Amino acid sequence: MSAALAEAVSAVMLVAVLGCAVVRPWGWPEAVVAVPAAVVLIGTGAISLSQARAEAGQLGPVIGFLAAVLVLAQLCDDEGLFRACGAWMARAAAGRPRRLLACVFAVASVITAVLSLDATIVLLTPVVFATAARLGVRPKPHVFACTHLSNTASLLLPVSNLTNLLAFAASGLSFPRFAALMALPWLIAIGTEYVVFRRFFATDLDAGAQAPPAASPVEVPVFALVTVACTLAGFAVTSALGLSPAWAALAGALVLAARALAQRRTTPAAIVRAAAVPFLAFVLALGIVVRALTGNGLAGALGHLIPGGTGLPALLAIAAVAAVLANVINNLPAVLVLLPLTAPAGPGAVLAVLLGVNIGPNLTYAGSLATLLWRRIVHEHDTEVDIREFTRLGLLTVPAALMLAALALWASLTLIGG
Amino acid sequence: MTVVIAWIVEGTWHACVGAVRSHAADDAEIRLLHVTASEVPGAARGAYAGLLGRARPERDPGTRLELLASASAGQLLDAAAERLGRPCTRSERVGRVEREVVAAAEGADLLILARDGDRAHLGPRSLGPASRFIVDHAPCPVLLVWPEPAPSVDTIPPPPPHHR
Repeated sequence: MSAALAEAVSAVMLVAVLGCAVVRPWGWPEAVVAVPAAVVLIGTGAISLSQARAEAGQLGPVIGFLAAVLVLAQLCDDEGLFRACGAWMARAAAGRPRRLLACVFAVASVITAVLSLDATIVLLTPVVFATAARLGVRPKPHVFACTHLSNTASLLLPVSNLTNLLAFAASGLSFPRFAALMALPWLIAIGTEYVVFRRFFATDLDAGAQAPPAASPVEVPVFALVTVACTLAGFAVTSALGLSPAWAALAGALVLAARALAQRRTTPAAIVRAAAVPFLAFVLALGIVVRALTGNGLAGALGHLIPGGTGLPALLAIAAVAAVLANVINNLPAVLVLLPLTAPAGPGAVLAVLLGVNIGPNLTYAGSLATLLWRRIVHEHDTEVDIREFTRLGLLTVPAALMLAALALWASLTLIGG
Repeated sequence: MTVVIAWIVEGTWHACVGAVRSHAADDAEIRLLHVTASEVPGAARGAYAGLLGRARPERDPGTRLELLASASAGQLLDAAAERLGRPCTRSERVGRVEREVVAAAEGADLLILARDGDRAHLGPRSLGPASRFIVDHAPCPVLLVWPEPAPSVDTIPPPPPHHR
């Protein structure tokens, strides 16, 4: 097949895969279209079998890692970790909305960093809402904080976001070094969000709370906390031993799963569901489709947009390009496209991509593709939503957070070294 | 019979209930109104939709938020009705808050709402965007109360210097 034809076929397939992820015809899982698309590209020779196998070999461990983290988060929820977070936030807020916002920022940032953004969105957000409602506090700033931090606070660890796992595999960094380089950008980005939120939601935060905070005792899920702490330590240890940190995540998930199964609080089927197998297949297939496209010309087209080197201007430019792309085609395909282009320039460039794809989605609500998706869901539920407020908040937070985080990354790279 | 609507909002509703007790006629029909902002569950749905490939409808946090919001609105109205201590009707709405309140106020004889902006100074900033919209668009008389004792008149900035 000629390169031009292969490029065209790959592009059509990518559009089909992303389009079906948006439209979800007949409620199909995304993999139903993505996997056949990947098979077609291999069958027509748009991507060679060996290339596809190399891509799958690279993505396989990443996907296993992700599955382990998803299971770990679900089991932590079963252990009552998120309920305990809610009780702690209610107590620490002492009936004051601004203190509650600070608590939500702290909890959402740590949960996102350690248990991934999925945990914050699916498991923490309802707890935060319930906590605000119980305190008689207006819920909007706190719920919005969860949605923003699920993106912004996912910079710290390779496990925080699937985009990070992909970049981590491509960067060649060790787990502790990745965390060390991203710590300052993570803090700066969260701090920027916090400053903007306090001003943006000043009216809601000034309204006060009038329900007396119930002094319910906080039941600390010690076993889950210790397991998560050991898993984090395990990430550093496995890295030092030259093993994949995915093993530590797997061990943590297995420990919690064994306990939950022994106590009959979960079933093997529920654990498999938590691992989101169709999603893992979707990621693998999407990776192959994107690889076919980048291998057939997109790399050249985007290549001249990506500056070389890892000086401050280059980092800023890479982060900006990544943020724009994440908003156009969603962050997952964006990171798959950009990683092969930036990896040769070194870890600094790869981490700059992450700044863009992780912070950027707050601009148009998790990417414009996802905005379409969201509009479809909102439409299904027959609710009317004003998108202008989200966008205004995004315009106030994203450019500032992105620029300051890139500056912080540059400082980290200068101090610690790539 | 006159119809009095009190807009019940988290954080400031005590003042509205107090105003009903002191200003509504004994034979007036009292309606307690609460509006749940649809953008809060909408925001959770949006974030969930952003998890490309992982968004299974049965795990949508937006749906859980809607259930929680409905329960919480009910509890708030119960608490307000109890504090009011006289017969009243309760109305729960979902949507764009300011527009729902204006729509609910149509045909009423009085709408009671509390200021929800800066409570330390007299002035336009004492109204947040939603209550500003409602005051500007209300299709009926409005009683605007301070959630706490009003600030002193000294909090008004001095007039600008006279220009020749």
